[in-house]
Amino acid sequence: MAKEMKDGSGTVVLSVDGVRKKIGRKWIIDNVTFDVREGEIFGFLGPNGAGKTTTIRMLVDLIRPSEGKITVCGYNVNKDPEKALQYVGSIVENPEVYTYLTGWENLQHFARMQPGVDEARIAEVVDTVRLDQRIHDKVSTYSLGMRQRLGIAQALLGRPRLLILDEPTNGLDPKGIKELREFIRNLADGGLAVFVSSHLLSEIQLLCDRVAIISKGRVLAVGGVDELVARNSPYVLWELEPFDKGRQLLAERPDVILADPAEITLDDSVIAGMGPNSLITIMDDSLIPEIVAVLVMAGVEVRGVHKINPTLEQLFLKLTEGETID
Amino acid sequence: MINLLPLIRNECLKIIKKKRFYVILLILIVLVPMFTYAQMRIAERSRDKFNSDWRLEIQQQITDNENSLGSDRIPEEWKSYRRIFVQQLQYYLDHNVNPNEPSGVTFTRQFLDNSVSLFIPLLIMAIASDLVSGERTTGTIKMLLTRPVRRWKVLFSKMTALLMFVSLIVLSTFIISYLISGLVFGFKGFNVPVFTGFQISGDTVDMSGVHAVPQWKYLLMQGGLIWYVSVVVALLAFMVSVLVRSTAASIVVMMAALIAGTILTNMASAWTTAKYLFMVNLGLTGYLSGTPAPIEGMSLSFSLIVLAIWAAVSVIISFAVFTKRDILN
Repeated sequence: MAKEMKDGSGTVVLSVDGVRKKIGRKWIIDNVTFDVREGEIFGFLGPNGAGKTTTIRMLVDLIRPSEGKITVCGYNVNKDPEKALQYVGSIVENPEVYTYLTGWENLQHFARMQPGVDEARIAEVVDTVRLDQRIHDKVSTYSLGMRQRLGIAQALLGRPRLLILDEPTNGLDPKGIKELREFIRNLADGGLAVFVSSHLLSEIQLLCDRVAIISKGRVLAVGGVDELVARNSPYVLWELEPFDKGRQLLAERPDVILADPAEITLDDSVIAGMGPNSLITIMDDSLIPEIVAVLVMAGVEVRGVHKINPTLEQLFLKLTEGETID
Repeated sequence: MINLLPLIRNECLKIIKKKRFYVILLILIVLVPMFTYAQMRIAERSRDKFNSDWRLEIQQQITDNENSLGSDRIPEEWKSYRRIFVQQLQYYLDHNVNPNEPSGVTFTRQFLDNSVSLFIPLLIMAIASDLVSGERTTGTIKMLLTRPVRRWKVLFSKMTALLMFVSLIVLSTFIISYLISGLVFGFKGFNVPVFTGFQISGDTVDMSGVHAVPQWKYLLMQGGLIWYVSVVVALLAFMVSVLVRSTAASIVVMMAALIAGTILTNMASAWTTAKYLFMVNLGLTGYLSGTPAPIEGMSLSFSLIVLAIWAAVSVIISFAVFTKRDILN
């Protein structure tokens, strides 16, 4: 039951309509529907094993759907791959290129597989991904980040209208991730539709305009990223001294719920930062200044207040009303 | 619409850059001198023994084989093989032609005869077994199949490149063994007559069809048959490479089949339906030199047809599977 929450504008580049896939006797993809429009970055969010990669493989005709239809720029991907895939650049899982060829030879290889890509175009994409220094070296000498960039160069070669990236930040360092984000944003601003999968909510939040959330082969929700995240009441972490008095004051308020740390799931980084005098509440974050004032007036020292970003798991709990992911 | 030529160029480029073909050349360059040396020692020994009189040597061979026919310890199948051998040697002797005239050309002819059913197929597997499964092992198949090119075109270009390299391997085997053995035995010998056309029935040889051909012509006929065998083996290995995901598994499957073939050739004369297996039909050049077929009822045209059917079926399976299959990992 997909809930459409926000309509973007612009022409639809990729349309996925009621796609299902049965492998063996199991439906591993069960009704996936969404559209991706030009100029937008579309996130595909779900835990590992939810069916993200299987769906992506269906988008590029590596796997044939059992039911449903996938069209790119109006062409059916499975029935007319020669036309449809012309508009698609993709990296499925890792950027696997021929390690015994140089970067340049790899690009030449893929250039020969699509119309209208000449040497000048190859030089252009090499420039775009800033690989010009090492492009004539064997790929076996490249770092993971360079292979990632070569993969993107390969995907951009045919001037696609849709770019599909599967977990693009895997294996990149923080600097590389930041560069990649800016790079993808630039591409989208130029009118390209970008489809990005990830299992990290924060990454989707930072990068995407709209998002589809997938779990166990079903799309749970499609909508604007901000709306989706905003529907969650955030957690607030308090560090108080004296602890018991502070805790009591918080517990007395009707608009604050004390959370049991054993029952909620938190990022490891948050847990690591929790001292003995810490507690977590579920509340509207606009109440923070008021509550701080109350605590201080009562003589409780507020050592720290942190808003904790909701995790993907929290989002799932909300969307599935208690059904946990596994 | 993508033309096939750039795709074939891609595949050839990958085979070359992967250095598979160089490895094959290297194997030949290392192994052929070893065989040449062994052959040289044989020639030296018989020269000492028979004072360079090849007639004496052949006569001795005939006598040895005839003597062994009287022994009870030798199985009946071997005896009939030897009877045929004796009749052929006698024919050479009667017509005053040395079947083992030492020369680079003779060495090449004998080397090719011996390598057709195992050695050359192994060289071919070095390329064929890796063509599709190699792309799956490394994951590059995903890049290859997400381009706007129909899958049959991708497979067809791989197959075409393979057949080109198969031809190149057969040619290089010939050239390398001729050049290396020629250094030792001399480069002459293209016009030496070789007898062909022995009709074998039971343990007698029908000599009525036997005629002499110059060795160069014999080599051409032999080359054609070896090329045919090589193409069939290549297409089979190619199919296995489509079906099996890892290159290692793909090589093992084909190796097992080929080795089973040599074992069966030596023992399967009682099991006559084994003649429909491709592996026992690979010794096509034996029909040319008059070696008895491993199983009763096999002939040159029979083997050609059996191999053609195996090749056709493997091409059909390769395309059917490759164009339909989901690439799951």
